[in-house]
Amino acid sequence: MSQYWINMLFVGASFLLYIGIAIWARAGSTKEFYVAGGGVHPVTNGMATAADWMSAASFISMAGIIASGGYGTSVYLMGWTGGYVLLAMLLAPYLRKFGKFTVPDFIGDRFYSRGARLVAVICLILISVTYVIGQMSGAGVAFSRFLEVSNDTGIWLAAAIVFAYAVFGGMKGITYTQVAQYVVLIIAYTIPAVFIAFQLTGNPIPMFGMFGTDLQSGVPLLDRLDTVVQDLGFAAYTADVDNKLNMFLFTLSLMIGTAGLPHVIIRFFTVPKVADARWSAGWTLIFIAMLYLTAPAVASMARLNLVDTIYPEGPTAAPIEYDARPGWVRTWEQTGLIKFEDKNHDGRIQMYNDANAAFTPTAQERGWMGNELTVNNDIIVLANPEIANLPGWVIGLIAAGAIAAALSTAAGLLLAISSAVSHDLIKTIINPNISEKNEMLTARLSMTGAIILATWLGLNPPGFAAQVVALAFGLAASSLFPALMMGIFSKRVNSKGAIAGMLVGLISTSVYIFLYLGWFFIPGTNTFANVPGEWMFGISPQGFGAIGAILNFGVAYAVSLSTEAPPKEIQELVESVRTPKGAGVAIAH
Amino acid sequence: MADNDKENAAAYWKANVRLITWSLVVWALVSYGFGILLRPMLSGIPVGGTDLGFWFAQQGSIIMFIAIIFHYAWRLNKLDKEFGVEE
Repeated sequence: MSQYWINMLFVGASFLLYIGIAIWARAGSTKEFYVAGGGVHPVTNGMATAADWMSAASFISMAGIIASGGYGTSVYLMGWTGGYVLLAMLLAPYLRKFGKFTVPDFIGDRFYSRGARLVAVICLILISVTYVIGQMSGAGVAFSRFLEVSNDTGIWLAAAIVFAYAVFGGMKGITYTQVAQYVVLIIAYTIPAVFIAFQLTGNPIPMFGMFGTDLQSGVPLLDRLDTVVQDLGFAAYTADVDNKLNMFLFTLSLMIGTAGLPHVIIRFFTVPKVADARWSAGWTLIFIAMLYLTAPAVASMARLNLVDTIYPEGPTAAPIEYDARPGWVRTWEQTGLIKFEDKNHDGRIQMYNDANAAFTPTAQERGWMGNELTVNNDIIVLANPEIANLPGWVIGLIAAGAIAAALSTAAGLLLAISSAVSHDLIKTIINPNISEKNEMLTARLSMTGAIILATWLGLNPPGFAAQVVALAFGLAASSLFPALMMGIFSKRVNSKGAIAGMLVGLISTSVYIFLYLGWFFIPGTNTFANVPGEWMFGISPQGFGAIGAILNFGVAYAVSLSTEAPPKEIQELVESVRTPKGAGVAIAH
Repeated sequence: MADNDKENAAAYWKANVRLITWSLVVWALVSYGFGILLRPMLSGIPVGGTDLGFWFAQQGSIIMFIAIIFHYAWRLNKLDKEFGVEE
C-alpha cells in the first residue's frame, strides 16, 4: 500500500470515529450544549482539556522551535504548563462554584454591569478569533502535506468535520471527540519519540534519554549536541540567555495568558463538583505533560540527528554530498520545507551559522560561501518517523495526530465564541425573555456563524498568522485573567474599577504589540523595528502581556478605592464562590 | 448567613489563601527561580550533560507543577471537611 493510502486510511478512520461520537453525543438542552450537562468525570475532562489546549502549534511546531532555539525557548515549556497551577488555585474551582455557562457571565454578574459583560465579550471574541485562525490554517497545512489536497480543500474538510460534531453536539459532542483526539495525538507523538530515544541513547523513555548518554560517542547527549552545534558556529544548545528580564516576563505572560483563555476555563464548568475542578486541573496537566516532557527530548535528539545526517563524519569533516542525501530529505524537499542551494558549487551540503561573524574565518578557510540548507521548524515533528526509519503506518498516525490537534482546539475555541454570542450577547443583553428552545437554536446558529467566519479567515489569512498567538496570549493575560482573579479575591473591586482595568490592560497590550508588529497587523506599518535593541526596557511584544496585567490590577484597585464599594449582595456573591458548599449543577439564569 | 457561619467561612478562606501563597512560592521558585533567574547559581550541579537549571527549565518545573496542583487539591479537600464546607 502506498504512503498516500496509508495516510488516507488513518485520517479517514479517525474522522469516522469523530462523526460516530457526534451522532452518539447530541446535545438536547442548552445545559448540554454549553457545559456538556455538567457531569463529565474529572479525568475525562482532563483529557479533553489537554486536547482542547494542545493546538497545531504544540503538536507540529513546538519541538522544532525548541530544536532551533535551545534553552531560551524553555519559555514555551514552562509558560504553557505553569498556567494550570494558577487555574487550579486562583480561578477554576470558584468559577465552577459560581455555576454559570460562560466567562463573561461571571464578569457581568460579579461586576453587576452590562458594560463589564460587554467588555469581557469583546476580549473573549478578540482572543478566540485570533487563536482560531492559526488552527484552521494548521489543519489546512496538515491536510495538504499528508493527503495531497490543496490547502483550501483541507480547510473546507476541517470545517465540515467540526461542523458535524460542534453544531449538533455542542460542548457534549466536543468533549467526547476531544478525548478521542487526545488519544490519537498522544500516540502519534510518542511512538516516533520512543524509537528515536532508544536508537540514540538506549533508553526508550525520551525524557530520560535526553539526559542520558549518546551511544555512538559515549558522551552525554546534550554535551555532544553543544559541541557539534558550536563547531558549526551556532550558540551552544544549553547556553544561558542574557536578557533574563524578558525571559521572565515572556514566561509570565504565557502562564497568566493560559489561565485567562476562555476556551480552557469553560472546560472546568463541565465537572460535577467544585473539588473535581481542582483535581481535573491536575489531570489536565498530567496529560499535557505527556507531550510537553517529550517535546524537548524530541527537539534535542532531532537537532543532533540533523547534524549527524549532514555531517556523517562529524562537523569538522566534509559534509554529505547532495546526491547521497537520505530519502526523507528528498521527500520533504518536494514540499519546500527543506531547501538546498549549492552556493559554492561543490555538490555538498553545508549547514552552518553564516550570521556569526566570529565563525566567518573558519567558513572561508573551508571554502564555504554561506549556509546552503534551510530547514523549516515543522520538519522536526513531521519527518520524525522517516528520520528514525519507522514504518509507513507511523507516518499515517502523525497525519491523523496533527489534524486531531488542530481540530480539537478549533472546536473548543468555536464553542467559546458561540456561547459568548448566544448566551451573553443575545440571551442576557439583547433578549432576556428568549425561550430555552430558541436559545438552543441561537446557540447552534452562532456556532455555524463562528465556523463560517473561521473558515473564511483560514482561507484568507490576514497576513499575520505568525503573530496572532502573541496577541491572543497577551490579551488574555492583560484583560480577562486580572478581572477574574480580582472578582474572586477582592470584595472591594467594583464595576468602574474592573471596566477601567480591563480596558487599560487590553489597550496598552495591543498598542505595544502594534508598535512592533504593525498597526492592526498591517505589514510595514510598525512604528519600531521588532528587534531586541528597539524594545522598551528590553521587553519583547510577546512578553508585554504581564506588564498589561500589572497595569490592569493597578488601575482597577486605584479606581475602585476612590469610588464606592460594591453593593452588599455582590460581596455576598464573592463570599459564596469562595466556599464549595451549596454548589449545584451549572444553571441557566 | 449566621455570624458563626461567617466567621467559619472567613477562617476557611484565610487558610486557603495561606495554602495558595505557599504553593505559589514553590511554583515561582522551580520555574522563575531555578529555571531562569537562579540558573547561574546552579550551573555547578551537573545533570546529564548540562546543569540543574536547564533540567528545571525543560523538565523539572513541569513535574513540580503537577505535584503542586495535586498537593493543593488534596490539602484543600481536607480543609473543606475540617471547616465543614464541602459539597
